[in-house]
Amino acid sequence: MEFLLQPLTLLTFFPLLGVIVLLFMNSEAKTAIRWVAMVTSLLTFGVSLWVLLQFNASNPDLQLVAKYSWINVAGWNIYYYLAVDGLSILLVLLTAFLTPISLLSTWTAVEDRVKDFMIFFLLLEVGMMGVFLAQDLFMFYVFWEFTLVPMYFLIGLWGGPRRIYAAVKFFLYTMAGSILMLVAILWLGIYGNTFSVPDLIAKGAIPANIQWWLFLAFTAAFAIKVPMWPLHSWLPDAHVEAPTAGSVILAGVLLKMGTYGFLRFNIPLFPEATVKAAPWIALFATIGIIYGAAVSYAQQDVKKLVAYSSVSHLGFVMLGMFALNVQGVSGAILQMINHGISTGALFLLIGMVYEQTHTRDIKVYGGLWKVMPVFGTIMLISSLSSMGLPGLNGFVGEFTILLGAFGSKAIGNPWYAGISAIGVIMAAVYILYMFQKMFLGPAGEITHHHELKDLNWREILTVAPLLILMFWIGLYPAPFFNLIAPAVEKLVSALPL
Amino acid sequence: MTQLDFQIILPLTILTAWACVLLLVDLLIPKDRKGITAILAAVGLAVTLGFTISQVGTEHIGFNNMVVVDGFSTFVNILLLVSGLLGIALAYGYIKRMGLDRGEYYTLMLFSIVGMMLMAQAEDLIIVFLALELLSIPLYVLAAFARPNLQSEEAGVKYFLLGAFSTGFVVYGTALVYGATGTTSLNGIFTAASNGTPSLLLTIGAALLLVGFGFKVAAVPFHMWTPDVYQGSPTAVTVFMSSGAKIAGFAALLRVFATAFPSISVDITGILWVLAALTMIIGNITAISQSNIKRMLAYSSIAHAGYILMAFVPYGNKAVLPVSIAAGLFYLVSYAVTNFGAWSVVIALEKAEGKGLEISDFAGLAKKYPALAIAMTVFMLSFIGFPPTLGLVGKFYLFRAVIAGGYTGLAIIGVVTSLVSAYYYLRVVVNMYMREGDPTIEREPWLDITTLSTAVLTVALSFVPQWLFLMASTATLRLF
Repeated sequence: MEFLLQPLTLLTFFPLLGVIVLLFMNSEAKTAIRWVAMVTSLLTFGVSLWVLLQFNASNPDLQLVAKYSWINVAGWNIYYYLAVDGLSILLVLLTAFLTPISLLSTWTAVEDRVKDFMIFFLLLEVGMMGVFLAQDLFMFYVFWEFTLVPMYFLIGLWGGPRRIYAAVKFFLYTMAGSILMLVAILWLGIYGNTFSVPDLIAKGAIPANIQWWLFLAFTAAFAIKVPMWPLHSWLPDAHVEAPTAGSVILAGVLLKMGTYGFLRFNIPLFPEATVKAAPWIALFATIGIIYGAAVSYAQQDVKKLVAYSSVSHLGFVMLGMFALNVQGVSGAILQMINHGISTGALFLLIGMVYEQTHTRDIKVYGGLWKVMPVFGTIMLISSLSSMGLPGLNGFVGEFTILLGAFGSKAIGNPWYAGISAIGVIMAAVYILYMFQKMFLGPAGEITHHHELKDLNWREILTVAPLLILMFWIGLYPAPFFNLIAPAVEKLVSALPL
Repeated sequence: MTQLDFQIILPLTILTAWACVLLLVDLLIPKDRKGITAILAAVGLAVTLGFTISQVGTEHIGFNNMVVVDGFSTFVNILLLVSGLLGIALAYGYIKRMGLDRGEYYTLMLFSIVGMMLMAQAEDLIIVFLALELLSIPLYVLAAFARPNLQSEEAGVKYFLLGAFSTGFVVYGTALVYGATGTTSLNGIFTAASNGTPSLLLTIGAALLLVGFGFKVAAVPFHMWTPDVYQGSPTAVTVFMSSGAKIAGFAALLRVFATAFPSISVDITGILWVLAALTMIIGNITAISQSNIKRMLAYSSIAHAGYILMAFVPYGNKAVLPVSIAAGLFYLVSYAVTNFGAWSVVIALEKAEGKGLEISDFAGLAKKYPALAIAMTVFMLSFIGFPPTLGLVGKFYLFRAVIAGGYTGLAIIGVVTSLVSAYYYLRVVVNMYMREGDPTIEREPWLDITTLSTAVLTVALSFVPQWLFLMASTATLRLF
């Protein structure tokens, strides 16, 4: 039972305590339920900060290791194995940080089955934490698949009109990728006689031709989750139908599970295949960047617009990661966080206005800034952060990524970075187009007929932490880079480049 | 008959005697109190279970090498007896509610279980045949138990005709094998077959046996009877059939082929590969279009037979065999637990005249009966092979054995068909949680206990599967 006292065990399973409390609560006591969930997620965030305090940024290896034999019989070596390093620490913090913010946004938005909602949300947090912390393939797979279940219910129960379709599509699409990964995981487990990732890496190179197949199998799971073009078609549906808090977590954290998977498994486990695949991934990433931006521009539904912008932004992340140099990979990790913050903020804000108007059609808005000045200002900052304006977080990430991709030996062709840079300009186009149509100009149909109220204190409090981070990362990103740099250097130096 | 012989069949003897006595005692129990028969039958199973557990770790062969007890048979027998207990728990309220409250129900179940257990212990094709008949005939009667309900009668007749047909295959296969080797003892066949080139006669005989067992475990293309029989039979019988008969069928299949026919595994493995693949593909794809929950679960049970068959494909490979047997047994346990759970929810919703059995009848269940909906969700996730359920661990184990045996292609078919299955299992969840409806359920204490215990087991065992792993991997087959 010693493993229960490990900091990472506590971090992963802390939300379960909240779930247990919630189970025994009367489902009519909605405010109390919200508070219990809120306090649980805040305490979890507290635990994550405690973990950060114990984290040694100059150490490139796995830290705070909790490793215990779990299933050990007949050639199985499955460990209960949690650990954190520079690749995952920021994502862990992001997860713990975005959960209370998402919960705060549901305060008035979710009135139906509040108890169930909170239970699913906290279970989702357990799953996400587990994905970022598990270092055993079996354990990782369990958490990876488990996150699907609460998210499926969040979309299917509290979503929009086409929620059932979106939920099932989300479930089946993601599962389609992960089943191939399952076969690869089993193959690795038999090959290495262990499922522990560090042990498998230490075991040495897997034969190159097999590496290639395993790489593809893992890629299937992660590329769908990211989502990389052309596997992205589940994303707009899921985003549009999901409730606001679901969209925030989906964009903010769940998509990062895909990119993180590449970092944690594909690159260190299959180095030869990674180098071989880099130009291809770069190609798909570049197409994704341009395609996502172009499709965003064509959207009339503002949530869909932001959803497609995610395809574009995550293209940048993939491009930077497969530049396979320190700049590219650290830029990619930082951009994962940035995207979580900016897109999270955009989804939150859209949710706030949707709660009043019940429409997401860009056409019917217009002149919102006059009626809701605070909302307009915050929206402007978040939009600028999303399109990568210097001084805000998005710029730092995208700039580092492009820098990495230009000089990348693995990609071997500066054109990918060159074309992707156009994506930055296109982002400005679709974001500003959206902003202009909704906030500037003459008052639209909705703005005219609705008694729109500006943001209240709770709503401002919800987005304020995100705004602070936008400026912080934009103006002084060094502390964030310091956290990830040693681990990234170690990851990159192990590659046969 | 020596003392050792007697020890080997002790649990079987006890259960048979108990069933015979119960048949007489039942006459004295008044018509409106047939619950007593159920309790007596359960006690009989429990006593037998106790004696079976005392056999753990022993390995003997007796009756001139005709009946055996080993780790494998003991494991299967325990599983069968627990299935029997669960089967009685599910039937207890159900047959009363449906007006089928006749005492012979339980006696027939006991006889059938004796047959199933003998299947797992048979070391001679003649015994296999005897056991097969003993397990099947009571089931034919049970399938038609809801007479004069036409569907139930149809189920009984259909099961009987096709069952008799399949038994014919077994007998014919036995005859051919005897012709080829001059013996019906599994050990004898093995010795005869491994001296010299295997004859075509032997291969055909083995293939015919495979057809016969294929009928019993409902493997494609011998599955046609399954949906009709599962749908028409009283649901409590269906549950028992879909778990017990399948477990016994697989047990015999595995023992006969691993003991007697390793020498022709080159031919048989290919056939098993195709059977497993077809069963998974057709079972899962056909299940998609079902709107009746009993039919859907019938096709799902066909699909799961395909998964279990995968474990048998490398049966001739002595290095891999122990792992695949263990994986197959583990999967049987996970399937049985989940299966009982899922069917118990179906029974809770079933109304007289076969009403309440459409998947759309599950609509709104989550709002009205959240606990039942959670339980059903757990079972559906377990069938898909999703965490945090036993089904995931079972599939993980099974696919690992298949890949270790060198059949990665088959494993890929397995995972892809799991994806297909997610679609129809999720439909139940969608109905329960995301559609509006006003279902009513029956609350019976034993039914509730079964649902609760199987749901808890399904989740809890996925976190601590170690001991079940150990048990399955020590349940070795007695080989020569």
